[in-house]
Amino acid sequence: MSDIVLKVGNLAAAYRKNTVLENVSFEINSGSLTGIVGPNGAGKSTLMKTMLNLHPSLQGTVSFFHSSLEKMKKRIGYVPQRGSVDWDFPTDALDVVTMGLYGQVGWFKRASSAHKRKAYEALEKMGMADYANRQISQLSGGQQQRVFLARALVQEADLYFMDEPLAGVDAATERAIMKTLQELKSIGKTVLVVHHDLQTVTDYYDHVLFLNRTVIAHGKTKEVFTRNNIAKTYGGDIRWLGEENGYGLYPVK
Amino acid sequence: MDMGSILLNSSLQWVLFSTTILGIAAGTIGCLAYWKKQSLLSDSLAHAALPGVVIAYLMLGEKNLIIMIIGAGISALLGAYFIHFIQSSTRIKEDTAMGMILSVFFGFGIMLLTIVNRTAGGNQSGLDSFIFGQAAAMVQSDVVTMFCLTSVVILIVFIGFKEWKLYLFDPNFAKGLGLSLKWMNGIYMTIFVTTIVVGIQAVGVILIAALIIIPSVSARYWTHSFKTMILLSAIMGGISGALGTFISALGSSWPTGPFIVLFAAALFIISLLFGKEHGLLIQYIQRKRHKRLVGFHANNIRLKTKEVE
Amino acid sequence: MTYTGWIIMTASLVGLSCGIIGVFLILRKMAMMADAISHTVLLGIVTAYLVTKELSGIHMLVGAIIAGLLTAFMVQWLHTLGVQEHASLGIVFTTLFAIGVILIATSVGNAHLDVKHALMGEITFIPWERMALPVIGEVPKATALLALIVMFVTFCIVAFYKEWKITTFDPALAASLGIPVVFMHYLFMCLVSVTTVASFDAVGAIMVVAMLITPAASAYLWTDRLSIMLLLSGSFGVIAAIAGYYIAAFMDTSISGSMAFATGLVFLFSFLFSPKHGLFASRGKLLKGNLKF
Repeated sequence: MSDIVLKVGNLAAAYRKNTVLENVSFEINSGSLTGIVGPNGAGKSTLMKTMLNLHPSLQGTVSFFHSSLEKMKKRIGYVPQRGSVDWDFPTDALDVVTMGLYGQVGWFKRASSAHKRKAYEALEKMGMADYANRQISQLSGGQQQRVFLARALVQEADLYFMDEPLAGVDAATERAIMKTLQELKSIGKTVLVVHHDLQTVTDYYDHVLFLNRTVIAHGKTKEVFTRNNIAKTYGGDIRWLGEENGYGLYPVK
Repeated sequence: MDMGSILLNSSLQWVLFSTTILGIAAGTIGCLAYWKKQSLLSDSLAHAALPGVVIAYLMLGEKNLIIMIIGAGISALLGAYFIHFIQSSTRIKEDTAMGMILSVFFGFGIMLLTIVNRTAGGNQSGLDSFIFGQAAAMVQSDVVTMFCLTSVVILIVFIGFKEWKLYLFDPNFAKGLGLSLKWMNGIYMTIFVTTIVVGIQAVGVILIAALIIIPSVSARYWTHSFKTMILLSAIMGGISGALGTFISALGSSWPTGPFIVLFAAALFIISLLFGKEHGLLIQYIQRKRHKRLVGFHANNIRLKTKEVE
Repeated sequence: MTYTGWIIMTASLVGLSCGIIGVFLILRKMAMMADAISHTVLLGIVTAYLVTKELSGIHMLVGAIIAGLLTAFMVQWLHTLGVQEHASLGIVFTTLFAIGVILIATSVGNAHLDVKHALMGEITFIPWERMALPVIGEVPKATALLALIVMFVTFCIVAFYKEWKITTFDPALAASLGIPVVFMHYLFMCLVSVTTVASFDAVGAIMVVAMLITPAASAYLWTDRLSIMLLLSGSFGVIAAIAGYYIAAFMDTSISGSMAFATGLVFLFSFLFSPKHGLFASRGKLLKGNLKF
């Protein structure tokens, strides 16, 4: 039995004066791993931020676990784009992971050694234990992304939002991250990922959501990841290669 | 005092003339600075110019505007170089470097200025005017110097107009066309700093940034064309300079610089509200129309789905 | 305490509070916002004076906080309207400052408020105006106010240490964890305004920017730990303040100018010799790197 954990109804959002999202409606079942795909400027990141109220919405409703964001905040984990923070910030990897626990630590209290241990275990899980005390600017792009994922893991959320976790990471990190996401799914967590590589969609995600200002198609990857839907989402910006495979596609941009 | 006699006052005419042309030059150069995203750099460099002014005075032993402008220019360019160097060789970010150079250079300038004022006996050196500006105290020779320098600046911008446009919009493309970025950068920095140090004399180190920043932003609300933007910005700078000077002459010992800034700000508010491009009023109307259209559209869809059912 | 003792004490307090606040200023990339607020605070003080007709500590503080918040708010507003962030900063602070100067020139007169005094500070006057405190005895008013503010600022930074850290490093995550990012932002702007106005008498509007930014930037070159950066920055602030006083005494010149200059010396030293990010250190690393190839 799967339950609806996220329900978006008629959501719209704008950047400056340009409408980026219109009439976005969809539902996500628990225990699914969904890839959100679409061309550049389709509003993928904006959709995530708008759902989490990090970006103002013009209209529409978003409900989490049949309730509001405010009440369910503790059950939601968000991994922003790696480029959204300043990696020159004076802190180390372990400390960044510990930040994921700040919501649980509470005001006026410091993170305890139990919190630190939990953070360290998450780093270990991502294969980053050796780098726990490394200044974050000295980590490679892939390592930084693993730190971000470890930080999401310690939150022990039930619903995760990840904004392009695979952008600019090495192959080993990509495998490690996808393995972790699969594990999250296998223990019943729900994961939404903004994804940019059409080639790997069928390998990675059991559900896919095509987005270009509005939802073009959404459903099980097997059913909706079709040439027709891809063409509808990307318009002319797509090059068709290896037709026999059915999905050897490269967005032009 | 009635307005007629004020306008006939010949020393005021000189001052009016110089602040107007300063406003035009600052408005012009401000557009270049806006597109180079260096608006606030003008504030940093104006402050960084102070030690140069005082050192020039110390070396010469008397107040000579040209030498002081050269000293200010060298000092400001040194500040610009430091800002660039700190930023590129450490992890310190641009605005931190700008703030540091601004305040440390200015502090050093104040140290020297205090020594000069002490040895020269009170404020006789008249160097204090560089901090707050003293347009009203300018003499004819000062005005001639200012006029020559600002004219050169304006001329350089207008002669190389299409090169500037290319350089600001797409420097790499400009390079591909054979434009030397090194030279363009050099010339840009020179005229930028010249405008700043010339302006310091009239409106002071703190407010010259306003004359460079505000008109260019106001002009953007009226046009999408770079050429029109420069023209409008120059005109608004000139009007602010003239009106500010005129109004400040109405009161006794009213400061010129702040009044000029106030007029520039007033023009900005007018542009922000009523500007043809993205002005608030236009935006409001557009949003209303857009909403109506969206509503209309939504109704249409609803009707259609009903038909299908 | 002696006259000189009070001056050094006051200067050190300025250095300490500015050093601590400065760390978050530069990490939040708001160094120029400090410059802006230090100028617009003048308008706050003038307005407070015009409304209450007296120039007391508490009125000045309230005026300064309102002016500081107004500046931050207006800059943010213009930015959301599409004006470049630095340009909106430039528009707001020069305009508010100009209004402040005009108000002083037209309606206040030079009797109680002096633009030059506000901009340059005059620490030598501080020990003259004293008040009696229980237990401690006679204390200069400005010094007592500063001490109070140092305590308040330190309390705010220490009590919300991890909140400051996370809202500075990753505001999006902080917001998703339920930490009030916007409130923290404006609280921080209050702290900056309060620190600025309390340091006004001692160092003035422009030199307070040096005290706010430069020690923090120097500390940033020495360490990769936020807590150590805070300690270092505070210490650098105090060192620069004391060194500045002695430089000024030696050369018989402006104390506030010398303090700003001394922060520059601290930075120069860090810039050249810091083992982590100093010029010589990175040159050395470069050399080593070249040798490897």
